[in-house]
Amino acid sequence: MTTEELAAKQEEEVARQAKLKNRILCCTAAGCISCGADNVRQALTAEIAKQGKASEVEVCGTGCMGMCGRGPLVLSSADRQLYGNLTAADAAPLLSQDPAEKKTLDAKAIDLNAPFFARQVKVVLANSGRVDPEKLNDYIAVGGYGSLAKALEDMTAKDVVEQVKKSGLRGRGGAGYPTGLKWELVARQVPTTKYVVCNADEGDPGAFMDRSVLEGDPHRVLEGMAIAGYAVGAKQGYIYVRGEYGLAIQRLQTAIKQAEREHLLGSRIFEQGNFQFRIDLRIGAGAFVCGEETALIASIEGKRGQPRQRPPYPPASGLWGAPTLINNVETYANIPTIIERGGDWFAGIGTPTSKGTKVFALAGKIANPGLIEVPMGMTLREILEMGGEIPNRKLKAAQTGGPSGGCIPQQLLDTPVDYESLAKIGSIMGSGGLIVMDETSCMVDVARFFMEFCMDESCGKCIPCRAGTIQMHDILERITAGDATEEDLETLKGLAQLLRETSLCGLGQTAPNPVVSTLKYFPEEYEAHIREKRCPAGHCQMTHEPEEVTA
Amino acid sequence: MSTVAAVKDNREKMLDRAMSRHQYSGDALIEVLHTAQELYGFLSRPLLKTIAHKLRLPPSRVLGVATFYHFFSLKPKGEHTFVVCLGTACYVAGGLGLIGKLERRCAKAGQTTPDGKVSVETARCIGSCGLAPAVIYDGTVMARVTPETLDAELNKIGVK
Repeated sequence: MTTEELAAKQEEEVARQAKLKNRILCCTAAGCISCGADNVRQALTAEIAKQGKASEVEVCGTGCMGMCGRGPLVLSSADRQLYGNLTAADAAPLLSQDPAEKKTLDAKAIDLNAPFFARQVKVVLANSGRVDPEKLNDYIAVGGYGSLAKALEDMTAKDVVEQVKKSGLRGRGGAGYPTGLKWELVARQVPTTKYVVCNADEGDPGAFMDRSVLEGDPHRVLEGMAIAGYAVGAKQGYIYVRGEYGLAIQRLQTAIKQAEREHLLGSRIFEQGNFQFRIDLRIGAGAFVCGEETALIASIEGKRGQPRQRPPYPPASGLWGAPTLINNVETYANIPTIIERGGDWFAGIGTPTSKGTKVFALAGKIANPGLIEVPMGMTLREILEMGGEIPNRKLKAAQTGGPSGGCIPQQLLDTPVDYESLAKIGSIMGSGGLIVMDETSCMVDVARFFMEFCMDESCGKCIPCRAGTIQMHDILERITAGDATEEDLETLKGLAQLLRETSLCGLGQTAPNPVVSTLKYFPEEYEAHIREKRCPAGHCQMTHEPEEVTA
Repeated sequence: MSTVAAVKDNREKMLDRAMSRHQYSGDALIEVLHTAQELYGFLSRPLLKTIAHKLRLPPSRVLGVATFYHFFSLKPKGEHTFVVCLGTACYVAGGLGLIGKLERRCAKAGQTTPDGKVSVETARCIGSCGLAPAVIYDGTVMARVTPETLDAELNKIGVK
């Protein structure tokens, strides 16, 4: 496909969709599928055929619509009405023209003006829930691959890097390194074989942003990577995706094949010879540490995923020793929009130091678990309000950043969500998992849970992490069992500092974060476990009887 | 030739094809192990030895990689597999209770019942946090699982 053909295809597909009386969009992300979305979709298709409306109403599978807790979700585009918790039996009333019959669905209607939807600003998820991830034409209709065409035709590689720098985009994998600077570092390396790698090894428990982006809009990530390839001078890209994400892998494979067939990827992009870019998938095999960039590189090379000392950083020496650009899924997904609308536009969203939007995965004790995208700088409280409260339960803490993050107590919920503010209160932005805990969650047990995770996932290369996580976990086990002493608490604090300062990679350096933040904000819970042999949340099973507290 | 032998031959051929697609390069070890596990269900020692030989890698490196990653299993799996998610969201929603139920009725986490019927495994977040607590039962994600729903599934497949 040439750039002219791309524009023509877009027009043609937009016109075709405009002619339809209605498009029924069914969420077919992994969450809704496991709630029976396929049955609903089949029932809708059958009902349309029965009514003889196949030419005017189209049923379309889409990516994640966000409110995963209410799946399966279906959006009727003609009247902009979203329904949740549907079953196959709801197909007939949903398609009915009779208002009385449609009314029977009122209980399942979801208000699109609720804060959950109204407060969102969508960049990365702009197409998620709108386009069919398995149809290239759907992506082209919303302007897909237009940014790649713009970059190749109207911009030099330098211009592209310049726009990304201007946008102020920072790495969405967690650490927040300025993306433009990273691109410049790779672009500046002497012309040689270079690689572009997409880190889709989303390992944080409680995070499913990257999975949803890959499932819902895989072409956007491919386009972002191709633009990156053009900007830094790479011909080969790899997506390192978790083996657990079967649906995402399948949709990526389909998307790559489609894009190659239409010359949107491959050796003759837009049927011209001046830029070539191939993307291959590498399937992870279940190791959290492979989210660390040097471990990820080792894993792509077919080795054990163990990190190595940095520097040299991957932009200087990465995959097979070549200059390598590694970004996260969400970072690449921002790129097509930045190129389309310009870096300045993007920099207009967010705070002075954290630009753009961030996708969060809301989970835990919350009424509407799901996926949201909000501008940087929104407060945690506003974000949690979007998730809705659970009646009769008191919120205790929000956990961000997974095993490398911290627990943020109730009184700090007015902290704006940006890289600096979260770091200041002892947590991190992380990849975007946000887990809400109420008073039935024991904070010491949460710290123990994350330490157990880090202990299991430690690759074993450096001693502080390998031995330190085991020791810390051991102490936390004793505390939650009511067997610990005050001395243990001091040892725990000392170990936390040791791990932070001496571990080889981010896994070990940040492993103490959940412990440190819970110690800081919930010291009384540790004390209750140690002194009174009692778990205030009533969660931990104590081996000793609680001591009578004497006045 | 019996059908079992025919299937076996075919698997060897398919594994060989996967290796030749990567030009028998050692860099492709993880892809090859993925294919091998898909074909055979698990990675036996002789199988790892064959792969090491074909990719011209030391057997220690192949065993090292196979044991490093959680995804690879060196033991045969049961007829049915329950993977209980113990990610944060599932953990706070009661994932431990589900493991407890399976351990009482079937086998300890990471093990298979002696009759080879059910394997019980745990996962570190399967990314279905909106559906917590979640269990992957023979490849299909079950949402908002309770010990009672597990009981019902176990009864269906005749676990005592």
